[in-house]
Amino acid sequence: MQLSPALYSRLVGAPGAAEPLPVERDPAAGAPPFRFAARRVRFPRDHEFFEDGDVQRHLYLQDVLTQVTGTPERPRRAFPSVHLLDTHILEWHDSLFQILSERQDMYQCLVEGCAEKFKTSKDRKDHLVRRHLYPADFRFDKPKKSRGPATPGATVQVSSEARGDEGEQSGGDAMEVCSEHAAPLPEPVGERRTYSHRIPSTICFGQGASRGFKSTKKRKEHQ
Amino acid sequence: MGVELLCWNWERERIGKEKYQRQSGRCPPPPRSNPASSFRPAPPCPCPTLFYSPFAPPLPRSARLHFALCSAHSHLFRPALRLRGTSRLLGSWTGFLALGSVRLFFGSAMWSGRQGRLRPVGCVVEELRCRRREREAALRKARREQQLISKRLLRDDVPVEAEGGCVAMILGEAEIQQFLQLAQRGTEEKERERALVSLRRGLQHPETQRTFIWLEGSMRTLVGLLTSNQALLQLEAARCLHELSHSEQSAVAEACLPATSYLLTYLSGHSSDFIELCLYTLGNLIVESEAVRRQLLPQGIVPALAACIQSPHLTVLEALGYALSQLLQAKEAPEMIIPSVLGSALPQHILRLLQPGPKLNLGVAVEFAWCLHYIICSQVNNALLISHGGLSILGMLLLDVAGAVQRTEDAGLELLACPVLRCLSNLLTEAAVEVMGGPNQLEDEHVVAALFILLQFFLQKQPSLLPEGLWLLNNLTANSPCFCTSLLSMDLIEPLLQLLPVSNVVSVLVLTVLCNVAEKGPAYCQRLWPGPLLPCLMGTLASSDTEVVGQSLELLQLLFLYRPEVSFGPGTPILRPLISPWPLSFPSYSHFSGPGKPVWTPGQNFQLLFGKALFEIEVG
Repeated sequence: MQLSPALYSRLVGAPGAAEPLPVERDPAAGAPPFRFAARRVRFPRDHEFFEDGDVQRHLYLQDVLTQVTGTPERPRRAFPSVHLLDTHILEWHDSLFQILSERQDMYQCLVEGCAEKFKTSKDRKDHLVRRHLYPADFRFDKPKKSRGPATPGATVQVSSEARGDEGEQSGGDAMEVCSEHAAPLPEPVGERRTYSHRIPSTICFGQGASRGFKSTKKRKEHQ
Repeated sequence: MGVELLCWNWERERIGKEKYQRQSGRCPPPPRSNPASSFRPAPPCPCPTLFYSPFAPPLPRSARLHFALCSAHSHLFRPALRLRGTSRLLGSWTGFLALGSVRLFFGSAMWSGRQGRLRPVGCVVEELRCRRREREAALRKARREQQLISKRLLRDDVPVEAEGGCVAMILGEAEIQQFLQLAQRGTEEKERERALVSLRRGLQHPETQRTFIWLEGSMRTLVGLLTSNQALLQLEAARCLHELSHSEQSAVAEACLPATSYLLTYLSGHSSDFIELCLYTLGNLIVESEAVRRQLLPQGIVPALAACIQSPHLTVLEALGYALSQLLQAKEAPEMIIPSVLGSALPQHILRLLQPGPKLNLGVAVEFAWCLHYIICSQVNNALLISHGGLSILGMLLLDVAGAVQRTEDAGLELLACPVLRCLSNLLTEAAVEVMGGPNQLEDEHVVAALFILLQFFLQKQPSLLPEGLWLLNNLTANSPCFCTSLLSMDLIEPLLQLLPVSNVVSVLVLTVLCNVAEKGPAYCQRLWPGPLLPCLMGTLASSDTEVVGQSLELLQLLFLYRPEVSFGPGTPILRPLISPWPLSFPSYSHFSGPGKPVWTPGQNFQLLFGKALFEIEVG
């Protein structure tokens, strides 16, 4: 297919188009047995017309990607969620939270984008399980318990006094969100709840204490 | 390249034959070894006659075209067909027969190639090509059966340690349990990390994957490690999960369901590497089963992605685009997923990331272009995308890609060009386009130039994408005098004709575009003829494909209608074509023809007198 050099320079030239030629259609044009009619065509998603292009897309995706992790020092802390961090700080460290929660629903849903709020953390947990199909033992929404022996796979929470314990056997916790300051519900026997107003050291603020990409600071793009 | 082109050509026709086989339930009859023996006597003519019947597998509804041609006037019909790669212009009927012979050679080789294989230059190269074609044929079959599942695998670039043993080793139950316990309770962090690395390598093997998911408590432990307070353990646990997500076994991927809420939570974390891994894992799980998607949607995957798309990290964006594209192509997407995606901030961000410029990243753009394609072809609310400026952004992107193909040999550009073409073509059919000022923004000559540069690029790199490019050309020319005029004024008719030999599908599309131009009236036909068009039509009229023949006749009729003063040469009397009184009906065309499906009845024939050439078209 031979294209003239003028075509390539047209691509970068000034915008514009020639004046269109006059259109004069003869009614005999569509007379039987001829039936051509100029029309735009659309294809739905599964049409066979897309077969070849979709196969090329598939072959492209099948290539193995290499992740280059170039950070010289990886953080030794956990990877918190910014959303949960915000929620935690609000529920644990905002002095107004306790007062307001006595009068209105303050426990917001943990799912980003869900605007529901609840009177208690248990209501919130029920909502997470029922509406959002979260696991009943979702680690980021557990009431505080006293530290117990490590059990494999158990979702035991640690209180903030245990923050220095990096070798926590059970895998520890990433962050606590829930607290039972108001409207106490019947609790399992033997549980003790401890509270602390300090931010647990397991929370990693990252370098520069940024809040992820919600920050307006310029970030270096990975190439 | 001529060889490659023809091989591809026959591949398409072989697939057509397979399709026929499936539809009719029987194998097509074997080809005739000597096509000359199939010629029928010509109608009475005082001049010596020349017969030619193009070789064609005798499928039903095929038209064998017999030429009865006065040799005295043979010089008037000079097919201007030019095979790419050949230097000789086939300027005579002898040349045309030579073309037929060339086709014959490959045709018989194809048939006998059912047992053997084609062997042009380089047996090894040809064998690789054959394997690739077979693989692609298998993938096309899988797509037709909606079984084409694509997954991405992300591996770290750390070389395998010598003491780590071989990659993808099969682990038994005891070994898996041992690694898990060591990861959970090891005294040293390094030891725990190594245990997970060993587990991850084992999980590259399908058998280890099966053993793992059936081991009680294994997934729970892995999720516990994923949510631990040790970053390196979390990363390794996520890599284990990623290997599982890539499994071809549905049960393995579905066993990862307990982890999805955590993967979503971590999308708003800090580490771009970790987020990238979570996204690819989610993308692999999404495509696996509806059960996974039914869980992820209420867990808030759409808002999570809408938040994550604001990340400045290109690796995260590419991974997000992948995960979103998997979500959007789910079969229930038009009803269950796309409405909520369109209701979120995702469309604006997608269009933002597709805006051309120095910051446009190819990998990111490819993923989001495919996302846009899945949204648009589902036809849920394309007016919304148009209102966000989708048409102009895609048009500018088309120009950008056309510029890029000139600058670089990078073959990956067709992966971006393909979805952009599809998006534009489908968007042009929306009524909202007319309301918003029509496709005026696309009537610029830049778009014409860009599209033809891309067509040439496809011809060289990926001929299978030519139909998609020509589809856009059809949608641009169908209702646009401006675009049709640009094709004429920029001398693009001849380059278009050069695509005719590529395949029957491409031929039909080229002829359709030419019909779009011709049907606009005499002013347009005057620029089509005289020129290379008529000799090319002689070639397409001889095609074995009924759609090609039919579209050729449509074009011919338009040319005669608007250019009745056709001249065959100096001193040649002017003749009008005669259509015989016999009933004439055309077979159902491709999707680019008009509505209705008239049936090609065996036994019907008609004659078309064109100049002094009598065309007798008989239904086979």
